[in-house]
Amino acid sequence: MADGEGPRSVARAAAEEGMRSGARAVETADQRRWRWLTLAPALVMLLALSVLPLAGLVLTSFQNVAWVGGQAVRSWAGLDHYRALFGDALLGAGLRNTALFALGAVAGQMVLGFALALFVSKISRARVLYRTIFILPILIPGIVIGAIWKLMLNYDFGLANQILGLVGLGPVDWLGDGRIALLSVIMVDIWHWTPFCFLLFLAGLESLPQDVYEATKIDGASAWQELLHVTLPLMVPTIVVTFAFRIVLAFKVFDEVYLLTKGGPGTATEVISFTLYQRFFTEDKAGYGSAMSVAVIFIVCMLLVLALSARRRSEGGA
Amino acid sequence: MRAPSLRASSGVSSAWPIHIALLVSAAIVLVPVIWTVAAGFRTQISLLMGEVAFSPVLFNFQEVLFSKTSEFLVNYRNSIIVGVASTVLCVATATLAAFSLNRMRWRRWLVRLFLAWTLIFHMIPPVALASAWFTMLRAIGLENSFTGLILAHATLNLPMAIWLMSVFVREVPKELEEAALMDGATTPVLLRHVILPLIAPGLAATSVLTFVFSWNEFAVSLALSMKQTATVPVAIAKYAQEFEIQYTQMAASAALAMLPALIVMLFAQRYIVKGLTQGAVK
Repeated sequence: MADGEGPRSVARAAAEEGMRSGARAVETADQRRWRWLTLAPALVMLLALSVLPLAGLVLTSFQNVAWVGGQAVRSWAGLDHYRALFGDALLGAGLRNTALFALGAVAGQMVLGFALALFVSKISRARVLYRTIFILPILIPGIVIGAIWKLMLNYDFGLANQILGLVGLGPVDWLGDGRIALLSVIMVDIWHWTPFCFLLFLAGLESLPQDVYEATKIDGASAWQELLHVTLPLMVPTIVVTFAFRIVLAFKVFDEVYLLTKGGPGTATEVISFTLYQRFFTEDKAGYGSAMSVAVIFIVCMLLVLALSARRRSEGGA
Repeated sequence: MRAPSLRASSGVSSAWPIHIALLVSAAIVLVPVIWTVAAGFRTQISLLMGEVAFSPVLFNFQEVLFSKTSEFLVNYRNSIIVGVASTVLCVATATLAAFSLNRMRWRRWLVRLFLAWTLIFHMIPPVALASAWFTMLRAIGLENSFTGLILAHATLNLPMAIWLMSVFVREVPKELEEAALMDGATTPVLLRHVILPLIAPGLAATSVLTFVFSWNEFAVSLALSMKQTATVPVAIAKYAQEFEIQYTQMAASAALAMLPALIVMLFAQRYIVKGLTQGAVK
């Protein structure tokens, strides 16, 4: 180009200057403008639809709200709602069941998911076929999974009891018996999310360095020793990440419980999201429901802090 | 990638238990789904009697899709509207944000603060968010509109989309970007002609995942929709709630609601695998 002098060569000179003193040390006016323009939509969305409503939630948690003709009539409630939280038996049951549910379901998913990933990594044929099949539950809507298992676990005609009947075992009231309802919901969640753990573990296993395995083979280690002393230690970062992902999602469980048991019988499967839903929407207690939401978000933040410190420790050790 | 199969060749004799375990697991995954879809083709009596063999009927699907009292087709349309619109909004916003956060000269602490907020936001139970959104949208009169639901779904999936797109944007070689800048490319030109073609597969993965999550979302849809804007999951929940549950119609509607999942499983599986694993592992 003959007329290469001008802004273009200036930019080139500036860029070359930047390259010499570390990449792009100089920000042009164009870049500064676009730095803001590209982040602006996300920033606006998060401010308007996460920061603002959550601030509103905190505000509402100190108020009583009544709806009169579509208009909110608010009055000051002080700390009343927060004080009432401590006496709420449903909240207590919700927290206890959520903890039991999350730990039970996630532990089951992690163990089964790891076993499946290990199995699939050991076979050479039909890998993609198994992956295709195992991916299905992740994609199905939670509410449909609730519907599937409401049918499967039906006392009278569900396939689960039909199969039990074939081997001479009595029908089980999977969802109606308070002693096993939570276990049934945990089983459904394990069915739903084991494939997710499987996928992450398989990806982790496939990216492990192979020379280590050849070395252990030469040392004559058994399959069990190999798993215990080579595979598991190498997989710790993947395991921690998967655990963190799953425990957060398990804490949010709502859809399946909504369809399967509605928290019952009694409070046997009352989980925290369902308690929130009942207090806020069913009973229309906006103020009290908001206070409960704030409390739950606070607990979630504590969990996050714990998870991050656990991750840092595992990375420090690896 | 292929190397683990090396280990398989050493133990041909011990491979049988593995194959049996995998076959049983595959059956545990597939049987409930197939049994439910089959229940959609049965009469209520046949299902209640627990008949093993039955002659399939289309009655339930006809009822669910075309009867005067059913609005399932409207729900389906609503789910597609909300899913497509929120996915476009969410992925476009996330792609620009991922570019900005990873390739522009923001201060490190600002980027960290932004990402920390997305993480906290992602952890909040949707029901808690739904209550906050409901109060806010009600105040501005959007509580039962598509606009409110689309904005809510886009925001709900934004953290995941930003993290995923960040992974893909970081994979673009810096040298390419610098070469384009040296040639005097402005930021929009750089985005359209250098970055976008290279992250297209990642964009597809994120879009598929975002659409599936929007299609599946229930808690927020339940809180922010009414009869005319109800999505498929909300409609299915209604079947289960009726005083006398129409089990076979619930099964038929469940089968119809699984269609997108089946399509994605068969035709867009690599995108889903990519999306789910990249987000967590990197």
